[in-house]
Amino acid sequence: MLSPQYTKEKQYKVLVAKLGIDGHDRGAKVIARALRDFGFDVIYTGIRQTPEQIISAALQEDVDVIGISILSGSHIYHMKKLMEGLRSLGADDIPVVIGGTIPIIDVEELRRIGIREVFLPGESLRRIADVVRELAKEKREKESYRG
Amino acid sequence: MPSFSQLNLEELLNRASSGNLRAMGKVLSLLENPYEIPKNLLESLAKRSGNSQVIGITGIPGSGKSTLISRLITSLRRNGHKVAIVAIDPSSPISKGALLGDRLRMQEHATDPGVFIRSVSSKGLKGGLSLAALTMIEAFDAFGYDKIIIETVGVGQSEVDIMKAAHTIIVVTMPGAGDDIQALKAGVMEIGDIYVLNKEDKEESRKTYEYLLFALEKGDIGLSDSSWRPRLLKTSAIMGKGIDDLAISINDHYDHIKKTGRFFEKVISRRTLMMKLLAEQLLIENVEKIYDGMQDKLNAVARNADKIFIASIEIAKRVCSEIDNLDVN
Repeated sequence: MLSPQYTKEKQYKVLVAKLGIDGHDRGAKVIARALRDFGFDVIYTGIRQTPEQIISAALQEDVDVIGISILSGSHIYHMKKLMEGLRSLGADDIPVVIGGTIPIIDVEELRRIGIREVFLPGESLRRIADVVRELAKEKREKESYRG
Repeated sequence: MPSFSQLNLEELLNRASSGNLRAMGKVLSLLENPYEIPKNLLESLAKRSGNSQVIGITGIPGSGKSTLISRLITSLRRNGHKVAIVAIDPSSPISKGALLGDRLRMQEHATDPGVFIRSVSSKGLKGGLSLAALTMIEAFDAFGYDKIIIETVGVGQSEVDIMKAAHTIIVVTMPGAGDDIQALKAGVMEIGDIYVLNKEDKEESRKTYEYLLFALEKGDIGLSDSSWRPRLLKTSAIMGKGIDDLAISINDHYDHIKKTGRFFEKVISRRTLMMKLLAEQLLIENVEKIYDGMQDKLNAVARNADKIFIASIEIAKRVCSEIDNLDVN
C-alpha cells in the first residue's frame, strides 16, 4: 500500500439475486436501482438462480453483502441451502439479507439460520440502503487486506 | 476452513493459484484500487503470466455483447479453454453507484469451474478503469485462464487504452446502428481485428452488412498489423448462430499473432501501458489529496482573483514532494 494516509469514500459492492423458481423480478430491480442511486456497485444476477449460482457469483465478484429477493414462499428452504453452501466454503462472513413477501412469523427462523436482516413488504428504500451499508462496513473492517 | 480475512498475501495467492474462487475474487479486489495494491503482488502475478490470449470486445450499448460473450464462452469451453471475463460498466457520475448487468446474461456459466466472471465499475476515475482491467489481465493470466475477455462499452479514450492491451479486438455492431457514413467515421472501424454484425436475424441486417463491408474496404492503410485482414462476421447471439465461426476466427488470429511475434509484443506493451497508467493514477490521487487539504487557501485565491496560476503550480509542487517521500523499497 503506497498511500495509506489518503482514504477515499468506500465503494461497496452488493449482489442482488432472485433465489429459486421465482420470476417476479420487479421488486429486485427496484432494490437494485435504489442501491445504485445510494452509491453502491450493484451486481444483478437475475431470476431463477440456484444457491450455487449465487454463491459462485458472490465469490467471483467479492461482494460485501448478498441481497436475496423471494416472492415464492419457499424462503426458508432456499435460504437454508444458501447459508449451508456459504458455510461449507468458509464464506459465511459475507452478510446475507432477504426481502420479499415473507410472513412475520418466519422472521425469527430466518434470523436463526444466520440471515442478518429480513425486509418485509413496505420497507423504506433508504433504510434498506442504510442497513446494507452498515453490514458492508462491518465486513470490510474485519478484513486485513482490503482498504 | 479458516477465515479468509486473516490470510497473508502469500497464502491468499497460493489458494488463488489452486483455483479457489474466493481467494481469486479477493486478489482481484486488491488490484481494483491501484494504490492499495500490496507490494510485490503485480510482480508475482506477472512472473507467471504472458501466455493467455486477451480478447477485447467493444461496441455500442445494446448491440448484444454480453449475450454474444455468453455463447462464445460455451464454444470456447467445448474446446477445452479456461475463460475469464472482465465486464466493465459505467458508474454514475452523480451517485458514484453502478448497476453491473453484464453478468446477468452470462449467469448460466456461474458454476462452471473453468469460467470466471468479474464485473468492474468505471467509478468515474480517469484512467482508473483501464488500469483495473490491465491488472486483472495479469491475474487471470497467472491463474491459468487462457482466454481472457474484456468487455467494454463504446470507444472512449479509456476503451481505446484497454483495446491496446488486447491481442485480439472484436467490434460488435447491429443492424440499424447507422449508415455508411457512420461506419466511415474515424475510430470504430479502424481498431478491430474481427467485426461482428450481431442480431443478423433482424431487419436491415443486409444493408448494414453492405455498409460495413464498404467501410472495411480500405486496403492496408493505417492498419496496425497489415499482415492480418480484418474479418466481418454475422452472428445472432440469441439464436446461437455464427458463434463457432467467431471462435474459429479468434483462434485463427491467435495462430497468426503467435507466428508473427506480435503476441509477446502485446504482453510487453500492455505492461508498459500499465506502468504509465499507474504513474498517472499516483499523480491524480495525490493531486486530489493535496487539493482537498488546500481548500481554504484555494478558496481565498479564487475570491481575490490573485495568483491563480501560481496556486496551481503550488499544488503540483506539493504533489511532487509528497511522491518524493514515498517508500518504494
